[in-house]
Amino acid sequence: MSLSATKFVHPITTPPSTRSSDKPLFSTFFGSNHTKLRFNKPIVAAQRRSSSAASTSSPVVAVSDVVKEKKLKSASNLLITKEEGLVLYEDMILGRFFEDMCAQMYYRGKMFGFVHLYNGQEAVSTGFIKFLKKEDYVVSTYRDHVHALSKGVPAREVMSELFGKATGCCRGQGGSMHMFSKQFNLLGGFAFIGEGIPVATGAAFSSKYRREVLKEPGADEVTLAFFGDGTCNNGQFYECLNMAALWKLPIVFVVENNLWAIGMSHLRATSDPQIWKKGPAFGMPGIHVDGMDVLKVREVAKEAIERARRGEGPTLVECETYRFRGHSLADPDELRDPAEKAHYAGRDPITALKKYLFDNKLASEQELKAIDKKIEELLDDAVEFADESPLPPRSQLLENVFADPKGFGIGPDGKYRCEDPKFTQGTAHV
Amino acid sequence: MATLFQGLPSSTAFSSSNKFNHVPAPTSFSERKSSIVTVRSDARWSPVLNYATHKPQRLITNAVATKADSSLASTSSKPGHELLLFEALREGLEEEMERDPCVCVMGEDVGHYGGSYKVTKGLATKFGDLRVLDTPIAENSFTGMGIGAAMTGLRPIIEGMNMGFLLLAFNQISNNCGMLHYTSGGQFKIPVVIRGPGGVGRQLGAEHSQRLESYFQSIPGIQMVACSTPYNAKGLMKAAIRSENPVILFEHVLLYNLKDRIPDEEYVLSLEEAEMVRPGEHVTILTYSRMRYHVMQAAKTLVNKGYDPEVIDIRSLKPFDLHTIGKSVKKTHRVLIVEECMRTGGIGASLTAAITENFNDDLDAPIVCLSSQDVPTPYAGTLEEWTVVQPAQIVTAVEQLCQ
Repeated sequence: MSLSATKFVHPITTPPSTRSSDKPLFSTFFGSNHTKLRFNKPIVAAQRRSSSAASTSSPVVAVSDVVKEKKLKSASNLLITKEEGLVLYEDMILGRFFEDMCAQMYYRGKMFGFVHLYNGQEAVSTGFIKFLKKEDYVVSTYRDHVHALSKGVPAREVMSELFGKATGCCRGQGGSMHMFSKQFNLLGGFAFIGEGIPVATGAAFSSKYRREVLKEPGADEVTLAFFGDGTCNNGQFYECLNMAALWKLPIVFVVENNLWAIGMSHLRATSDPQIWKKGPAFGMPGIHVDGMDVLKVREVAKEAIERARRGEGPTLVECETYRFRGHSLADPDELRDPAEKAHYAGRDPITALKKYLFDNKLASEQELKAIDKKIEELLDDAVEFADESPLPPRSQLLENVFADPKGFGIGPDGKYRCEDPKFTQGTAHV
Repeated sequence: MATLFQGLPSSTAFSSSNKFNHVPAPTSFSERKSSIVTVRSDARWSPVLNYATHKPQRLITNAVATKADSSLASTSSKPGHELLLFEALREGLEEEMERDPCVCVMGEDVGHYGGSYKVTKGLATKFGDLRVLDTPIAENSFTGMGIGAAMTGLRPIIEGMNMGFLLLAFNQISNNCGMLHYTSGGQFKIPVVIRGPGGVGRQLGAEHSQRLESYFQSIPGIQMVACSTPYNAKGLMKAAIRSENPVILFEHVLLYNLKDRIPDEEYVLSLEEAEMVRPGEHVTILTYSRMRYHVMQAAKTLVNKGYDPEVIDIRSLKPFDLHTIGKSVKKTHRVLIVEECMRTGGIGASLTAAITENFNDDLDAPIVCLSSQDVPTPYAGTLEEWTVVQPAQIVTAVEQLCQ
């Protein structure tokens, strides 16, 4: 089933007039010559063909207008049901409020180090992860709090982890940038960009192996790899696109293109900033979607995830999105044009979903407010839980260095060092 | 240094018939005139009756206890079968792949080509292209892929075509392999084996002659072992695959064609133990991998000169087997380390520190460490010879140490 079955059409009317690329901050613009990053006119891309990669008549383009078309056709043919809408809303509100709470706690000195917040990008996390089964895998980067929450990791555990307490999802040993959950199949949380993509490829390989070598029925787990625009210039990204397409691994590469890698504009770093075009170069569909609209993301996510589950291989999805805050809480965020920020603030995904729910009479003001309140209480409880949780004791220091603690070796007395009581106390020197 | 030492011809010279790796059979003791006996790596060695000065002892460490050992001692009358080191590796690998369907191999040219040193020859035909996966040339990514597969239930063996290529995978090995178990709070384990040939070969040039054990040794959370004989190659391969920890198995390019006799019965060695190669009284020589053979060559000369060196193949590069090493140091009070790693920051440097820290009172003389020079391995044969420790240097060092 090729991708021409789904017709994706480019948005014709999105005016990117307030983008910073129109008014470069520096006099000589040393960057990509693609002046229209966020498209003004439709661009026809080459679809993958077995014979040649020349441009063809069936375009693989963005999805934004699918929504509009559907809405025009029949008002009763909505994209989501009420239940689905409320689930999406709650998940996005959880993500937003959690991140705001993180900022508060950071400035109060409850959490330290590098904390990267996800405000503004919730549509991508919610749009994709809410389509997954519990057994599916998610691999993220350092901006992973909301991916963890969307995948199901309780807010208490994430908050404890951020506070560095023993009740955190990683026992306080990982921190903000290393969220893991075996129960919910969240494979990290990686500090170096691009580092998680091979791990995601491995999880997808595992899934294929279980299906084809171990012959496990129903082994169709899909892996989602989330990463940013900066990562798309990194070698690991390309190496994994190649391997995933080569072996038709059940993986979706989700690019959260928020235009900025700390202070480096995507345009200044990338020769061809249209990341979705890099998919067809490796033999997989490349899709661009408006990442500020959860419903559009959902449409693309559904197709990409189902494609992977059927065993047809990977997809590269570029989500146009934006982070409202700085790169991390330590980033003064002085480089970005306030007009650009204002433009995207006007496209807040939560506001957009609220509007959709109200316009289509799927939910009322009170219902949404009730959800807001529920999440606030959840977060207050999470903070309280994290506050009251104990710090990791000394005895925890050496426990997880090795899965098999014989790896510490044999001591001078002939016994394995891990049998020394100082190990369980954490006072031994390794 | 001026002595011409021909080094190790790649296809001959180390047949087991008259050398040091021979597993002693009880019937031949009375005929044995040689004073050199191999102690098997399970730290038990059959008592040798020809030693005038040496009391037979049972070196049984509690830590050892792998079931295979006891069966080995009792069935030492079985001759076993002869094979080359790379075949021993393959045998170990094949046995583990048959035993556990989650064990898989990935690397460049491991499948259809059979491995650049033929360690995986025939396995792709037997187990299929997915279990013996030919990867594109992307070390960092396929190592990461192996790690992701290990986190989700498989047990991959990642082959670096040459250990040096794994420098490209350093990101994944250090961050994910070593640390992921810890940063995930123990939720995910990474039972990978990363293996490949390294070491100084025969004029392979600087980049193909690297010793990566010194670079990897600081990574917390991994274990490193180096094999040197067909017997320990198979045993360590099996142990590494069965281990829940990430293990880096260092093989040596020049040792793949070593021939020896190994038991027919299944055996698994301990990853953390050292191997007593030759018990002695005067000096402890610690070595690993190819240098073991240079040491044993030097030992012949030394014995003729009246010295009695104790030779230990440390095998476990991280962590060190401080028990075997310590017992030896307490006996001989003199230590010589012979390694192929570079002088700066090599395994020898760490070992010197560890011994000084733990056994300083037992030393009569400072530890001498013979390592390769801090020089990129030259192509020219003569220059290459001078960067690596040669038996003559070992003899000189022992003589000086024992004065």
